[in-house]
Amino acid sequence: MDPECSRLLPALCAVLVDPRQPVADDTCLEKLLDWFKTVTEAGPSLLLLQENPCLVELLFRVLKAHDPRPRVLSFSLRLAGLFAAQEDCFQYLQGDSSLFVASAAGQLLVHILALAMRGPAEGHPSPQGCDWPACAQKIVCHVEDSLRSTATLQVTQALNVLTTTFGHCHSPWTQGLWVRLSPLVACLLEKDPIPASHSLVDLLLSVARSPVGSSDCGLWETLAQTLSHLSPTQAGPLALGILKLQDCPQALKTQAFGVLLQPLACVLKAAAQAPGPPGFPEGATGDSITVDTFLSSKSACVGLLCQALAHLELLQLLPQRPSPWPQAPLLRAAVAILRFCHGSAAPTSDVGGHLCAVLAGCVRVQRAALDFLGTLSQGTGPQELVTQVFAVLLEYLTSPDSSPMVLKKAFQATLRWLLGSPKAPSCCDLDPHTQLFLGELLPVLRKRLCSPCWEARDSGLEFLTQVTRHWGGQAAFRHALLASEVPELTGQLLRDPESYVRASAVTATGQLSSWGLYATPTGPEHPEVQQESLFTELLHILSTDSEGFPRRAVMHVFTQWLKDGHADVAEDLEQFVARVLQAASQDLDWEVRAQGLELALVFLEQLLGQPGSRCPYAVALPEAAPPATLAQVLQALCRVQLFEFALRALFDCDRPVAQKSCDLLLFLKAKATPCGGPQEAGASPDVVSVEAALQRWQAGEQGQPLGELEPEAVMAVLRSMDLEGLRGMLAKSSDHMEKSPQSLLQDMLATVGVLGENEADCY
Amino acid sequence: MKLYCLSGHPTLPCNVLKFKSTTIMLDCGLDMTSTLNFLPLPLVQNPRLSNLPGWSLKDGNAFLDKELKECSGHVFVDSVPEFCLPETELIDLSTVDVILISNYHCMMALPYITEHTGFTGTVYATEPTVQIGRLLMEELVNFIERVPKAQSASLWKNKDTQRLLPSPLKDAVEVSTWRRCYTMQEVNSALSKIQLVGYSQKIELFGAVQVTPLSSGYALGSSNWIIQSHYEKVSYVSGSSLLTTHPQPMDQASLKNSDVLILTGLTQIPTANPDGMVGEFCSNLALTVRNGGNVLVPCYPSGVIYDLLECLYQYIDSAGLSSIPFYFISPVANSSLEFSQIFAEWLCHNKQTKVYLPEPPFPHAELIQTNKLKHYPSIHGDFSNDFRQPCVVFTGHPSLRFGDVVHFMELWGKSSLNTVIFTEPDFSYLEALAPYQPLAMKCIYCPIDTRLNFIQVSKLLKEVQPLHVVCPEQYTQPPPAQSHRVDLMIDCQPPAMSYRRAEVLALPFRRRYEKIEIMPELADSLVPMEIKPGISLATVSAVLHTKDNKHVLQPPPRPAQPTGGKKRKRPSDDIPDCKVLKPLLSGSIPVEQFVQTLEKHGFSDIKVEDTAKGHIVLLQEAETLIQIEEDSTHIICDNDEVLRVRLRDLVLKFLQKF
Repeated sequence: MDPECSRLLPALCAVLVDPRQPVADDTCLEKLLDWFKTVTEAGPSLLLLQENPCLVELLFRVLKAHDPRPRVLSFSLRLAGLFAAQEDCFQYLQGDSSLFVASAAGQLLVHILALAMRGPAEGHPSPQGCDWPACAQKIVCHVEDSLRSTATLQVTQALNVLTTTFGHCHSPWTQGLWVRLSPLVACLLEKDPIPASHSLVDLLLSVARSPVGSSDCGLWETLAQTLSHLSPTQAGPLALGILKLQDCPQALKTQAFGVLLQPLACVLKAAAQAPGPPGFPEGATGDSITVDTFLSSKSACVGLLCQALAHLELLQLLPQRPSPWPQAPLLRAAVAILRFCHGSAAPTSDVGGHLCAVLAGCVRVQRAALDFLGTLSQGTGPQELVTQVFAVLLEYLTSPDSSPMVLKKAFQATLRWLLGSPKAPSCCDLDPHTQLFLGELLPVLRKRLCSPCWEARDSGLEFLTQVTRHWGGQAAFRHALLASEVPELTGQLLRDPESYVRASAVTATGQLSSWGLYATPTGPEHPEVQQESLFTELLHILSTDSEGFPRRAVMHVFTQWLKDGHADVAEDLEQFVARVLQAASQDLDWEVRAQGLELALVFLEQLLGQPGSRCPYAVALPEAAPPATLAQVLQALCRVQLFEFALRALFDCDRPVAQKSCDLLLFLKAKATPCGGPQEAGASPDVVSVEAALQRWQAGEQGQPLGELEPEAVMAVLRSMDLEGLRGMLAKSSDHMEKSPQSLLQDMLATVGVLGENEADCY
Repeated sequence: MKLYCLSGHPTLPCNVLKFKSTTIMLDCGLDMTSTLNFLPLPLVQNPRLSNLPGWSLKDGNAFLDKELKECSGHVFVDSVPEFCLPETELIDLSTVDVILISNYHCMMALPYITEHTGFTGTVYATEPTVQIGRLLMEELVNFIERVPKAQSASLWKNKDTQRLLPSPLKDAVEVSTWRRCYTMQEVNSALSKIQLVGYSQKIELFGAVQVTPLSSGYALGSSNWIIQSHYEKVSYVSGSSLLTTHPQPMDQASLKNSDVLILTGLTQIPTANPDGMVGEFCSNLALTVRNGGNVLVPCYPSGVIYDLLECLYQYIDSAGLSSIPFYFISPVANSSLEFSQIFAEWLCHNKQTKVYLPEPPFPHAELIQTNKLKHYPSIHGDFSNDFRQPCVVFTGHPSLRFGDVVHFMELWGKSSLNTVIFTEPDFSYLEALAPYQPLAMKCIYCPIDTRLNFIQVSKLLKEVQPLHVVCPEQYTQPPPAQSHRVDLMIDCQPPAMSYRRAEVLALPFRRRYEKIEIMPELADSLVPMEIKPGISLATVSAVLHTKDNKHVLQPPPRPAQPTGGKKRKRPSDDIPDCKVLKPLLSGSIPVEQFVQTLEKHGFSDIKVEDTAKGHIVLLQEAETLIQIEEDSTHIICDNDEVLRVRLRDLVLKFLQKF
């Protein structure tokens, strides 16, 4: 610990133990702990305590205080844990009402238990624990007492301690612990309602994941029993947890999967007009408890459905998901839910009628179901079902009642289903169903682009960008898109009053233009005016738009165009780069400037050749570009004023820009150095003037132009600059001063000081 | 307490409440859907309409072909459009004391009631309601009177004939009572009977009840009403809205603790969310205009149009429509746009604050200033000079049967570039369009109804907790087209009482108390006696004086003081003596103890019989019986006054006297 901190520490400790002083916020205390952690890791803690007696004093006084403040108490406990984990002298503090204290005390118990067991009980501990150290005995007895308690809070805390124990300690003795405690845990299941069900689920899963799980010990029976005892909502997380386990009995997995499928099975049953096609596997047939939950209240019904959808969505993405995966009934259920929410279902059963009333217009379920439906696009389904999926998606996209968020989700799900749909085998083009759907979709998209709600316009544009990115080359898509009014409308939205929409429109037009699908807007405003090229229009946005998002989007589009060799760019490459860099260099938004450097780098790479598989910024490429070419390249770089842009960026007040520029110049230096050439330009007048200008820039006088640059002078300057050193300096975070412990201590004391002054003012 | 239901239309109600001694009409809505059965009234000579074939019966009988015309498979009456009036036979409308109007849409039948039924009472309404109501009536009269139609069809109304007609004419109700539109003179006379009121103003009706209008949030000056006496409260909720639009927000708190809540005027399109519909409106408008088409918006001259213009004001720039002209054509367009700006105190808070800046509360002022919105009294005159296409036209009437809208339907109907967007929910758009078929023009249905939906109603009822809810029968079951949507009906406990046209409901509560005042000098003379802790009683002798539904206890007249020595008695001074009052008794007689007491006092051979109402104590020896019941005790003995008095005194021992 540096002396300055040592000097400040006693004052801070005095503040912390003084009940009259306001305590700094939790973040400060957390930071303080982090710092102590690094200090204890760096050197012997004992020395630290000897040198700073105020710390011992702090712990002593806080623990002895009659009414310690929870924050300070939890801080002190954790600090004490850091210094002296082996000291088991702390009282059991789990009962404290403060969440901080309870959690800290719980963790402390776990650590003490683990430490105590580390020595003697290694090997084959007896489940009875008669050979366990006294300290461990005491803790386990305490946990047992808590598990027997009728107070839910106590049970919760005992379960949490055990969860942490099984999560952290994987020594053989934990098996003994489980054998000893599992009957008590099983007893909890007999109670009605089951106390602390969340914590119980956490514990069971924690045990199942630990080595105890692999050695059975009746754990699987307990899990099966728990699944059937918990309410559908409580059982969901447990079922998902079980299905995530690597190895557990198939029967248990089937049971767990059944729990997750129950709510959807219920929906399917309620939606059915007549006995339909085979549904879910046995065990998931919409039992009466689930139906009861559905009927009990709107929030219970919505909660259960959302939970089931989210769990199944997660599960589908896992490699260990159940197989066979009931894709078809899941699709049918998702469609049914969406129809209930939309009010377009016409159920005949009572439960169906109830669901219809509860779910109509429920945005939460709509969002969950659309997300789920989107994930299901990874699988296939019978054509008749896929048609239903597209129909319900179209319903949502069309409906004026779809909220902006639901609309966005509907667009996302539609995109996933569209991209997942099979290609026609013969002509590599879109299959007829997709083409048909596109015919219906594009008018809807067109209307959404005219929506007065900016979120709708925005998500429409995002969808268009994505779908064009993937299908820009498909003849059927191109044909349908060009026949619709969508490209013109997209162009129109470049002048949208909402900056997010402008940004999305920029991205969309950029994408359309890359595929030759962009049509200049011919609005009713100025039908006679011939529109300028998209490049000019985007450049105009870059130099004049008052908001950052559209300008950033323009830079991304330009970079992409440069990479793709877009026709507008290829026409006059240097002119393009020069104009873009000029506009970007004056931008107030650092992200625009940084993206400008990205574009400059792409340009450089194109001129100098791809760095191949190497790191793009690797030093000293052996096969550098031939000197003649290099000279031309440097000339070109001077013509587009790339050097001026990069050098200016080197002293940018925003660190990421300076870093990027540094990397770019290092790359250039590495590429250019091996070639001989005019290296002896050391003191030519050019270099002097450049260096003078750079110094002025560094001093903050960025207004000065660099003037005409000679390639030789630039290279000389680059060679003379310590770019590596600069990179190292920039790599340090800009707030490394503010993050120092000294600064933290000062801040905490200052807060107290300010409060003190206020107090004085009151008198 | 009774409710006479004169209208079956849930959003155009007309009910009469008999409460205490008053007869109060709640709203006076006019059902104009009857006009959908008539041919449109064209503003200019229209060969298509005038050449429609006459309709004849299946057997070829063509006696109706002058009255009924056929167009695209539908049959229409070729006559001046007629309206379906509220029921006039159910109750003698001349006995109505007051009419309470809740909003300008619910007063359109007023002239029929005030001018033709012998009504002599007062009408209460807020100022914006009256002013805008006047505009609506003026527009209606103007629309119909400026296209005089010689023919008035009546043959088809004959009951036997009507039966032979195709639907929907066959099923039209009470066609014999349908009436032509009133005149401006009748409108003026009706409106002169209105007394203006402000929100929360308390209006005494004959001292019996007090009525108070509350802001309902639906339209400028729209109100709900509270009708209350000292011990009863009836709330009348008509068109109300909880959405943030231009009017003052709805006052819900004052509706609490009602005995009866009469609930009418909910949204007519419960499945359509107004926000979504406005979005739909804007998108379709932009798409049409972008393609060079015109947009026609059939609408009323006030109400939703203000909100639509405000949305468009924000939208047109973003959609690149700033150069598109918007036309508002109505005989009252100018007044409507101007009125909206001057009723600041009736507007929502946001708009009110603008007035102090000072700025016009509605942005349509700016649209007019910048020439983006132009208004004209009709298509004749200036409009024809300024008219530029593509454009957007707002004009009436939403039924498409009269008004300038008829002209635009004929003008634009043939091109698929044009679009008609229906925003008013009062008329079925398919029926409205029927006489214009076949139609190439696009039709978009975006009904914007900001009135309460069923979710909002359910929250409202939970909040205000009325004892009973009364509503039109349509609200107690799901809409016929969506019978599974049990969420689209009123769900409350106890279940709502429903009514239909021409029904009389006895409202489910009994009046139990009446407030009576005691004159101070009389109150001074009372000597209360505590009979139980916290409960004191006093006897009072007084004269009950009742006048104007107010009840006052006054001291009884005093006997004349004997004056001086002269004791001549004149007959006029002969005031009955106030006798010394006997004490009042209270308490109950415990039979066993009473029998013991009797025995102590020497009575023997006592027998007690239980009866349905109490006991009979039989003194067999004395041939006497004492009948003890909850509220009376009788001693029946045979001409033995001494015995009776003895027994009486024994009974009295068990009772308290004061």
